[in-house]
Amino acid sequence: MTEITTEPSAKRYATANDYVQLMKPRIMMLVVFTAVAGLVAAVGVTGVSINPIMAAIALLAVALGSGAAGAINMWYDSDIDAIMTRTSTRPIPSGAVPRDEAIAMGLIMSGVSVLLMWLASNWLAAALLAFSIFYYGFIYTMWLKRSTPQNIVIGGGAGAFPPVIGWAAVTGNAPVDAWILFAIVFFWTPPHFWALSLLAHGEYEKANVPMLPVTHGAKVTRAHILVYTLALVPLAMTPLLTGLGGWIYGLTAGILGLVFLAYAVRVFRSRSGDVDCTGEEKKLARSMFLFSILYLFIVFAAVIVEHGFGLYFPVGGI
Amino acid sequence: MSDEQTPQVPQAPSVEEIKARNRRNMWLGLALFGFVVLVLVVTMVRLYSATGVAERM
Repeated sequence: MTEITTEPSAKRYATANDYVQLMKPRIMMLVVFTAVAGLVAAVGVTGVSINPIMAAIALLAVALGSGAAGAINMWYDSDIDAIMTRTSTRPIPSGAVPRDEAIAMGLIMSGVSVLLMWLASNWLAAALLAFSIFYYGFIYTMWLKRSTPQNIVIGGGAGAFPPVIGWAAVTGNAPVDAWILFAIVFFWTPPHFWALSLLAHGEYEKANVPMLPVTHGAKVTRAHILVYTLALVPLAMTPLLTGLGGWIYGLTAGILGLVFLAYAVRVFRSRSGDVDCTGEEKKLARSMFLFSILYLFIVFAAVIVEHGFGLYFPVGGI
Repeated sequence: MSDEQTPQVPQAPSVEEIKARNRRNMWLGLALFGFVVLVLVVTMVRLYSATGVAERM
């Protein structure tokens, strides 16, 4: 093989771990987790059941779809990944996996995941999965990421689909409750990513990626983080109105929402991301980024606990 | 510039390269096998549900 686009200093041979990394396993875990929440909530709210084996295969399909989108993303972004320190050790820029192998893997896994989802559940869940892969791999990666500072806002839609897919896998439709879960992930994505980009905007600038801190500066980004968090916190309480969330969910989302908002206000008032920001202010943005992951995880865990463990206690008798 | 192309002498893959290739092939084989098993499982579960075996037992 002579495929060398980003020539490594020493010849490396791909290990199984390189192929796992190509699928962005950490994103995959969050994707599968939110899909589980959608699936469990659908069973709890509608009373429709799903064969546990089919449910497991549907979730495997979601994981494969997420991995496929990750591989397509790494294939297309290998040029900018090689420039940024944070991503330079990824399988393609490090020379472990050739680009054509990555795209082949991404496309084959896309097909397999959609097919499996269709076989295990229904056409709607399969179509939503196919669209989410297309959204992330093509609309976000190939178009939005390099063309607009709103890239992660619109692109965040791709990561918001899994709970809807999980719901559709059970019921064959996607009602308002499923789209509320979608909206929570959608509005969570910008403050989550921008908190990170406040720390890494130099890298994005080097790679010519128009992230908000690069194009509009850190101050505007901090304001955007606050605005999206202000939208997210009340939005995350809407499951109480529709009956999707009960007491446990309400208390969890309420308390964590206030902490998230407190982080957003502190970041807004700080100089995080500015050239002259202190180490403490950098740490604050990093803490907010890490907390945002915990927030999404626990809020969706509350949905699973209520509907999966019979601990749903409706608020106000709704 | 010359249009003449020097013939490429195929190089024998190194031991390391062969090992890596074998590992990849093994994983590919396992993945294909896993896919076949999954399709079989889905088919069996669907048949089981459709024929109402569970109700008759």
